[in-house]
Amino acid sequence: MNSRKILPLVIPVAALAVVPVFVHSNVVLNFMVIALLIALVGQGWNILGGYGGQYSFGHAAFFGTGAYATAILQVRYGVNAWPAFAIGIAAGALVGAVIGFLSFRSGLRGSYFALVTLAFAEVLRILASVAPITGAGVGTLIKLDLRPISFQFQSRAAFYWVILALFALSLLIVRVIENSRFGARLVAVRENEDAARALGVDALSVKLWAMTISAAITAAGGCFYAQYFLFLDAGIAYGPWISVEALLAPIIGGLGTAFGPLLGALAVKLLGELAKFVTGDAPGLDLVLYGVVLVLVVWLAPGGVAGLMSRISSRKTRAAHG
Amino acid sequence: MLTAVIIPTVINGLLMGAVYALVALGLTLIYGVLHIINFAHGALLSAALFAAFLCFRYLGLDPYVSVFGLAPLFFLLGYGLQRFVIGPAAHGKDSNILLVTLGLAVIIENALLYVFRADTRTIEVPYAFNVVEFAGSFLAVPRVVGFFAAFGVAAALWAILSLTDIGKAIRAVAKEKIGAQLAGIDVGHVYAVTFGLGTACLAVAACLLIPSYYVNPHVGDAFVLVAFTIVVLGGMGSVPGALLGGLFVGVVESLCGFYLGESLGQIGIFLMFILVLLFRPTGMFGERA
Amino acid sequence: MKTRDTFSRRHFLQSTALGAAAMATGVVSAPVVLRAQGAGVKLGVLQPLTGALSYSGQQGKLGATIAIDEINAAGGIKGLGKIDPMVGDAQSTPEGGSAEVEKMKSAGVVAIVGGYASSICLATTQAAARYNLPYIVDVGVTDAIVTRGLKNTFRFGPGFGVLAKTSIENLVKINDQAGKPCKTVMIVHEDSAFGSGLAKLLNAQLPPKGFQILETIPHPTPTRDFNNVVLKIKSQKPDIVIPANYYNEYVLLARTMQQQQVKPKATYSVLGGAASSYKFVKEFPEAAEYIMDCNHWFDPRNPKALALKKKVEGQGQFFTYEVYMNYSAILLVADALQRAGAADRAKLITAMESSTFSGHVMPYGPTKFVNGQNQGAAPANTQVLNKDIQVILPEAFASAKPVFPRPA
Repeated sequence: MNSRKILPLVIPVAALAVVPVFVHSNVVLNFMVIALLIALVGQGWNILGGYGGQYSFGHAAFFGTGAYATAILQVRYGVNAWPAFAIGIAAGALVGAVIGFLSFRSGLRGSYFALVTLAFAEVLRILASVAPITGAGVGTLIKLDLRPISFQFQSRAAFYWVILALFALSLLIVRVIENSRFGARLVAVRENEDAARALGVDALSVKLWAMTISAAITAAGGCFYAQYFLFLDAGIAYGPWISVEALLAPIIGGLGTAFGPLLGALAVKLLGELAKFVTGDAPGLDLVLYGVVLVLVVWLAPGGVAGLMSRISSRKTRAAHG
Repeated sequence: MLTAVIIPTVINGLLMGAVYALVALGLTLIYGVLHIINFAHGALLSAALFAAFLCFRYLGLDPYVSVFGLAPLFFLLGYGLQRFVIGPAAHGKDSNILLVTLGLAVIIENALLYVFRADTRTIEVPYAFNVVEFAGSFLAVPRVVGFFAAFGVAAALWAILSLTDIGKAIRAVAKEKIGAQLAGIDVGHVYAVTFGLGTACLAVAACLLIPSYYVNPHVGDAFVLVAFTIVVLGGMGSVPGALLGGLFVGVVESLCGFYLGESLGQIGIFLMFILVLLFRPTGMFGERA
Repeated sequence: MKTRDTFSRRHFLQSTALGAAAMATGVVSAPVVLRAQGAGVKLGVLQPLTGALSYSGQQGKLGATIAIDEINAAGGIKGLGKIDPMVGDAQSTPEGGSAEVEKMKSAGVVAIVGGYASSICLATTQAAARYNLPYIVDVGVTDAIVTRGLKNTFRFGPGFGVLAKTSIENLVKINDQAGKPCKTVMIVHEDSAFGSGLAKLLNAQLPPKGFQILETIPHPTPTRDFNNVVLKIKSQKPDIVIPANYYNEYVLLARTMQQQQVKPKATYSVLGGAASSYKFVKEFPEAAEYIMDCNHWFDPRNPKALALKKKVEGQGQFFTYEVYMNYSAILLVADALQRAGAADRAKLITAMESSTFSGHVMPYGPTKFVNGQNQGAAPANTQVLNKDIQVILPEAFASAKPVFPRPA
């Protein structure tokens, strides 16, 4: 792949990487860490949903598996945090492959697919809330040990760079997919699965790979969450909140674009902060404002933030060419 | 001894299932016709419960009376939401509809939180603790009423869909939107009527639920996933499917709760959901895909 | 596939990403900077004001703000001036709570009070520990909160261990005093941190004391229907039913028991969501009568507590434990600040460690913190008698004698 394709990724990532050098406010760094985490989780969703056209409502299944795997390996089996992280990603990918196989093999598409993923996530949540290995209701607490060897860091900047690196990796993966035959087949399936099949694309295999990669990336987000917050329970790991965040970011930011999830995550989080700032202490009012803006954004900018941007930039290009 | 517990468990399941069916009736109509997964369904149920609560607290109206006013009111609310908010905002794209109903859910739930605060409200109707003895267990009167009402509402919906002009238009649009448009049917209006009917069902469900339950801004969330399960199980868009599916899910939940415990027992609903989707996604009464 | 990378688009992406980061800095720090310019002692009040726990969060905020207003009305903290509260919404999640801790720390708060839920408190105390920012937990009961060796974390109220132990001791006492009429027990608990943790401890500690546990029934929050649970209770006929859950589920359970005419010899809750709630007693007097609870409770002989109760009820609110525990926690911090002599975090921690504060409204005696846990903190036993809630144990604070077992 030539540098023209990589450069558009490198420059923004480099810009983000120097942020902690200039910005020392932990409020901002924490905000950015969360935004990047959501962006990573959303990127996973984006591969399956944005590029593949299969909307999942149950990405919590992968997030939670990554998170719990990492946590349980450390807490119950004394595994070091770094290999536990890697195993967590693998576990998430495995769950993705299984759910994908069951769902796609049965020919589930569209809303049926979305609902079955939701059901799988709920099943995992319920199991996690009663299974002794996860601590059941009490949850799992990773021991506080702020040393790099335990994948915990004293400074927020270190966490920031880690999550940024993970997100940058996901950008690379997306870019590779975009420029590969696999990616072309994936988009073909998204645009018209039956036509793609007629053309000889093995839709099942394509979707399954997309699901597995998607699950792995989202699971990485889960592993990171476990290291950052150190506490998990069934509602945190497998709850609907993360499934919603996973789909909200790419849809708002721009489906099927590499930076869509990040733009969406930033937009959504900033909107939340702005709403709180504007409405003050009144309970719930900030979220009402948040919901209103969300609906308005969808109404007026259906392609997401990236869609807006490409409309603006193509207008600029047209203007430049007279 | 075992039958002494199983039969009441099944009866409980049927009574609870009737409530689920009422919630699912609205959802199945909306899904069957508009093909949208209505994320706002739970928040609308919470709003309907608050409406029933307010009618009792400030107008002194028993929920079985206020239902006759709330159902039309919520019909209008649903009509307006679809016609003027969801329809236009969505531009027809699935991902957008998802976000719009999600946004609406956030707005409605938090508006309720802002206006009513978070305390749990309940109403005390004189018959709330009256019981009917049947097959060895005590059945609360409101729940028995709810059971028969579910059949009534389902019958009413079925009548509307089969016998009225608008009902025929709804079925036409559900089956073949473009053809219906070509035949001169105003699809936007039909969508809005459908959404309105679905929301009116919620108002009925709320009035039947409130004597034995409680009200707060988050209360509707607990019913949404179960409602989705029933819609899929019964076949999206099928009124008898939602009714029977509701009863079936209620019984499954009850029996699983009995054998596996209330927490793990919830898994029964979702496993069933998954199995139905994997092996017979069109549900019991749905159209073959 | 949108891979047409025109030069202008690349520029746009990079400037947008940078712009977004800059905007984040600007927007998020602006209100924080503005607030930091206020005068007085900055104190953080962190509660779940929205989300599933919003009722408890609002009550906690109420207790804290009443305390702050009272202190300020009397001229503030001696030598340091008035308290300038910074209220944060944890949004009922650990991430929300942690984000608020960061904001409060940047705004220069000298300490944070609150959190409410165990899962939120675990995250927020940890976030505060990075800066050695004193954090006083109001309610969160999980033992892990004070066993992680965090110097900045203090818990005013009791933890699980004490709660379970005290509740069992008191049950044994009440049972013995009545001539041991009860032996069999069924536990109904909510299945997250507090319910499960408690059930585990009860299962370990009840049998050695001579009680037989017939069944332990977990249930989710929310639970829509308790008829099956009540059916099990009805068929197994335990002497005592022990519920441990949140308000809504407790109410449903109690009402269902009333409907099914299930009347065990005693209903003895441990951290029962509604069992010692004035709201519950007011709205369901028949279902509530004779119910016992072992829960957080104020000192009924303390005039300050009674005055607070009157004030809260005068505002049309119920006098719930979140209110008086946060009220007490604020008073505790104010006292420690006064002794520290400066709005300094490190000095405050030292002052808290040596705190022997009695100006609170709980039946704990003077505070004494060991590894952050207030040693005197313990629950009280209450019973609903004649449509009012009475304290029956510890005897020193009791206002009535227990009625046990329930009269036929």
